[in-house]
Amino acid sequence: MAAIALPNTFSGTRSVFRVCPVTTFKVDLAAERLIIVNAVTAIVALLLGGIYALLIGLTRWPDVHLLSAPWFYRLLTAHGMNMLVFWMVFFEVAGLYFGGNALLNARLVGVKLAWVAYALMLGGAILVNVIIMMGRADVMFSAYPPLKADPLFYVGYILFAVGAILACCIFLATLVMAKVEGRYEGSMPLAVFGLLTAAIIALFTLLSGAVALIPTLLWSLGIGNVDPGAYRVTFWGFGHSAQQVNLSAMIAIWYTLATLTVGAKPVNEKLSRFAFFLYILFINLGSMHHLLTDPGLGTAAKFFNTSYAMYLAVLGSLIHAFSIPAAIETAMRKKGYNKGLFGWLLNAPWKEPGFSALMFSLFIFGFIGGPTGVVLGAGQLSLLAHNTWRITGHFHATVVGGTTLAFMGFAYYVLPLVFRRPLFAKKIAQWQPWVYGIGLIILSISMTLAGTLGAPRRHWDVTFSNVTIPVQVQPLMNLMLTFSGIGAVIAATGGAMFIIVAVGSLLFSPKRDPKALSPLEA
Amino acid sequence: MAIYPPERIWWKPLGREERLWVTVAALWCFFMFFMLIGWYFLGAQNLPTRAQRITTAQYKSLADQFVEANKVGEENGVPIVHPQPGTDIYLVAKQWQWTPILELENNKTYTLHVSSLDVQHGLSIQPINLNLQIFPGYDYMITITPNKAGNYSLWCNEFCSIGHHLMTGKIVVK
Repeated sequence: MAAIALPNTFSGTRSVFRVCPVTTFKVDLAAERLIIVNAVTAIVALLLGGIYALLIGLTRWPDVHLLSAPWFYRLLTAHGMNMLVFWMVFFEVAGLYFGGNALLNARLVGVKLAWVAYALMLGGAILVNVIIMMGRADVMFSAYPPLKADPLFYVGYILFAVGAILACCIFLATLVMAKVEGRYEGSMPLAVFGLLTAAIIALFTLLSGAVALIPTLLWSLGIGNVDPGAYRVTFWGFGHSAQQVNLSAMIAIWYTLATLTVGAKPVNEKLSRFAFFLYILFINLGSMHHLLTDPGLGTAAKFFNTSYAMYLAVLGSLIHAFSIPAAIETAMRKKGYNKGLFGWLLNAPWKEPGFSALMFSLFIFGFIGGPTGVVLGAGQLSLLAHNTWRITGHFHATVVGGTTLAFMGFAYYVLPLVFRRPLFAKKIAQWQPWVYGIGLIILSISMTLAGTLGAPRRHWDVTFSNVTIPVQVQPLMNLMLTFSGIGAVIAATGGAMFIIVAVGSLLFSPKRDPKALSPLEA
Repeated sequence: MAIYPPERIWWKPLGREERLWVTVAALWCFFMFFMLIGWYFLGAQNLPTRAQRITTAQYKSLADQFVEANKVGEENGVPIVHPQPGTDIYLVAKQWQWTPILELENNKTYTLHVSSLDVQHGLSIQPINLNLQIFPGYDYMITITPNKAGNYSLWCNEFCSIGHHLMTGKIVVK
């Protein structure tokens, strides 16, 4: 390992860098350690959330119906927290340090604060998990008052959010210092620009979360009251906008993977950056779609929020949906794959897990997750879909089939390049995005169809046995629930394959410098 | 290369294909924007938007009076009511029952009030699959005109603590 020490402006200290033999990036070792701990913690959260996912999936499969009702609701709460919050945000923080430091050859500003941020996030995540498992917070990820959890649940949530805010601020400071110290020429790379978009959205997202959760914590301690409607407005300013952070980070990763796997170059930097900019301005308004069926909001609010500027954010997504495949096609054609309309696609490196993860992620987000979200945002359709499994089908296609799969694809590069561990079980890695992607396609489509037949979300017994007033269930719903159970098992298998590769590489692969960019050869 | 800084001048005009795609996408977004405004006037049903603040005690007493005045029977301990068409009718959400059972007349208009006595609930009317979020402290007022006779099942689709899956109810249209 070649290491170099560079003096830091202002502070008089030195940061130690290593030079990556493959990419020639200079990596601040302090940042590298933080990338590693945040990514490993993310994978632990993914493992926990994944085990719960399998148990929940097997419970909602009517013929299996595995868990008891209390444990179903408890693990559903834990599944939501670990997947939507802890896995995503820990990995994104690792992504921010990767983008802000490795890609810019820059040093990490505020190393100690970055560890404080990590400690806050870790402490919050552990506290939330422990309180849920003790059965003192069976309230779901959304924790709507007046359903009350143990105050420590809200404390954990808030500690995590404060840590994440701190990590975003450190990323922003790192970007400024990289510019001041001239660590890169001209404008920042597109991937870092995308991560900057994610960090900006994350800041107002997390602040909105604080506005929702701090009064709720006080209320749980017996101080003051929380209005259920006002809570939902501020909570979804966090809960949904957090998914827009995931979206921006995912698209930054898409551009990164397209570059790493086939050497794609953004077709037009101006257009791609403009599309990210549209997200910053407009995408947070998507949060309002949770509230369309709420009492308390008047005609003007519901009418305005059913349509409005959301389409300017959709325009941003449609631009990326063009730019990324176009960049891949251009790169493949340059390599000589010019036969026919789709020769470039057929000859693409499908065996490369980074590439297949990118393509499945693009497909699932682009054709299932994104469009269903736009549909559900329409007021009249919200009336038909609110709180049904259609919503769950939508976000498993965005945040799992889209974001999680893209992050997994990216992890296959992070392991050899940053962790300097060659991939363990390369064959498993090659097939993993296929298994995971196919499982999620089955899962999200059958969830959506079950939802259109009325299947409620967050529900232990859709056969409604033991109820006082018997209800009629549409017969086809059972079939869709069974399909979704099968999809969940396939997806959980794909998830387990990822964990085997990631944990196996960490534990069993000898640490050494990468020899090539491709994770199969590194 | 998305991971390296771009060339010094990266703000270049769009290519022909890009211009075409962005134009089509933008036109589609504008079309959708106006369609969603249009549906508000063209669509057969819109989101209910009338609501007022009410305490759970007040709402309970209104609902109790309504049940007492209109009760025609009972099913498994849940009262069945048959209110006059054109009047205000009350549905109560509580852990873990929708009550009372409402008997309505076909093609008659009612003002349906829904509120919760404890936590948040989700009113899900099946098989037509109409879904609304229900709060305690908010009296949600929905103008309804049933236009098809039959039994409509109600269940809860917002998690309302451990007996959530037991929460059902019924509307009968005659």
